[in-house]
Amino acid sequence: MVEQLLYAIEVSLNGLMTGILYSLVALGFVLIFKASGVFNYAQGIMVLFAALTLVGLQAGQVPFAHLINAVFGTRIYSFGWNLPAIAAIALSAMVMVVLAMAVEKFILKFLVHQEPVILFMATIGLAYFLEGFGELMWGGEIKPLDLPLPVGISDTIESATFERFGYGFFIDKLDIAAACVAAVLVLSLVLFFQYSKIGRALRAVADDHQAALSVGISLRYIWVVIWSIAGIVGLAAGIMWGAKSGVQFSLSLIALKALPVLMLGGFTSIPGAILGGIIIGVGEKLFDFFMNPIIGGATENWFAYMLALIFLVFRPQGLFGERIIERV
Amino acid sequence: MSDKANSEAKPKNGSGEILMELKGISLRFGGVLAISDVSFDIKEGEIRAIIGPNGAGKSSMLNVISGFYHPQEGEIWFRGERRPSMRPHRVAAQGIARTFQNIALFKRMTTLDNIMTGRMTLMKSSFAAQALWWGPAEREETEHREKAERIIDFLGIQAIRKIPVGTLPYGLQKRVELGRALAAEPKLLLLDEPMAGMNVEEKEDMSRFILDVNDEFGTTIALIEHDMGVVMDISDRIVVMDYGKKIGDGRPAEIRNNQHVIDAYLGVAH
Repeated sequence: MVEQLLYAIEVSLNGLMTGILYSLVALGFVLIFKASGVFNYAQGIMVLFAALTLVGLQAGQVPFAHLINAVFGTRIYSFGWNLPAIAAIALSAMVMVVLAMAVEKFILKFLVHQEPVILFMATIGLAYFLEGFGELMWGGEIKPLDLPLPVGISDTIESATFERFGYGFFIDKLDIAAACVAAVLVLSLVLFFQYSKIGRALRAVADDHQAALSVGISLRYIWVVIWSIAGIVGLAAGIMWGAKSGVQFSLSLIALKALPVLMLGGFTSIPGAILGGIIIGVGEKLFDFFMNPIIGGATENWFAYMLALIFLVFRPQGLFGERIIERV
Repeated sequence: MSDKANSEAKPKNGSGEILMELKGISLRFGGVLAISDVSFDIKEGEIRAIIGPNGAGKSSMLNVISGFYHPQEGEIWFRGERRPSMRPHRVAAQGIARTFQNIALFKRMTTLDNIMTGRMTLMKSSFAAQALWWGPAEREETEHREKAERIIDFLGIQAIRKIPVGTLPYGLQKRVELGRALAAEPKLLLLDEPMAGMNVEEKEDMSRFILDVNDEFGTTIALIEHDMGVVMDISDRIVVMDYGKKIGDGRPAEIRNNQHVIDAYLGVAH
């Protein structure tokens, strides 16, 4: 009995770590939705694109190599260098900022006063464009992410818990690193939003576009800022997921797991995204642990969506979302 | 005749030099002519009212001045220079602040944060400095915070400093919105119906604030208001509009006796 309880705790701890990764992806959605009311369908692809760019830059891959070789009959594939991880991450973050500028210049600028559904459609277009563009730029094969991140089971935790409980917890060091990165990221975002001029401007735009303009806030500048931040958060998510399962095109599918997280946490709440991710991460692991013997496996595939469905019925605005009040 | 008297009218406060001049402004929405060839000026330090029946084009005029609408014809001169067509946030950066007819506050932010946001155009530190909370950015934040607190004291809203403004009663929200506009230390303050929907007491308070702002800071104010008693009491000069045209311009005493204005308000056949 004690054995099983300890095992359940280990399962929830692992779920907690996975949940934090879900949160990181969901965070990108929340940022853009808060500031512009746009549900950015392309967020998942942005995670993938960021990870692809990171791997490509680090390995010194020539962007658009296939295209260049096909047109000019050359055979260039690599610059022949290997960038240090920090430099590659900084450069990738810069690429995400440039992407944000391009999105503002070529898409958002023309859709300023349009209905949300039109902006949503535009982001679907953007998603497919980015997917193709990413493949054209960096190639479609699965690539390992080679960053000096800690990997493998943490021996310290295993031996410490073994001494105390007579049962060693298996926790992946990468998961712990991911949790730390996520915590630092979220904390700095919250502080930035709360106490800086631009953070205030971001919140102001989220509340009222007209009023924001009247105090001298440029909406287009704010959009670039918020898409850049979402891109960089996407990069962080891409690094963690990429380190776990390699950088491949199925990476963009984790965005689908972010949807139930958003429904749980509310589309406009940063703490909601974090808590929602954790609830789903822990929930799906525990549910699988207890229900597997009764109803069979693979509950992880649908548990999150079922939970989201229940939330939609009883609390459609999510845990921290704003109440939807409509007067008749 | 009234034009002569008009040009001699010097406001109680300020130098009386022309701060803004609108020349031959026409604004169309599709086939509808919202403003038709309207010209007037606003002098430094005065309280300038724009009045007129519903649909006269008053709010459109304020939106032209603040850059939300762009007139098809006419020129806008501000501080001796012709202003090119510019977006509202650029106009704000030039020192023109405004309030809205239907309060436009940042509802989920506190009173203090709303007023701090009003100082947006005055804060200079760079994005990177703010992100890292660098020395200058922090000093700047403290300095602006002090100015914001002074405005809060001035408006007597200390008690609601930390309350999200969306939960405040209407009259107080109007006051916070005035505070946010004041926080920008504007050269020209535009008020779109600052007393709409208020009871007599609240109107008196608001009139007091408007006069105090004008007296203490020497701020030039252009306002739209429906309450004739208030307008006649607080304005230095009044522009009267009807059906998009200017039908009167002068001091309150002149406006009171202007036949066009009386006709427009009493609904004599045009």
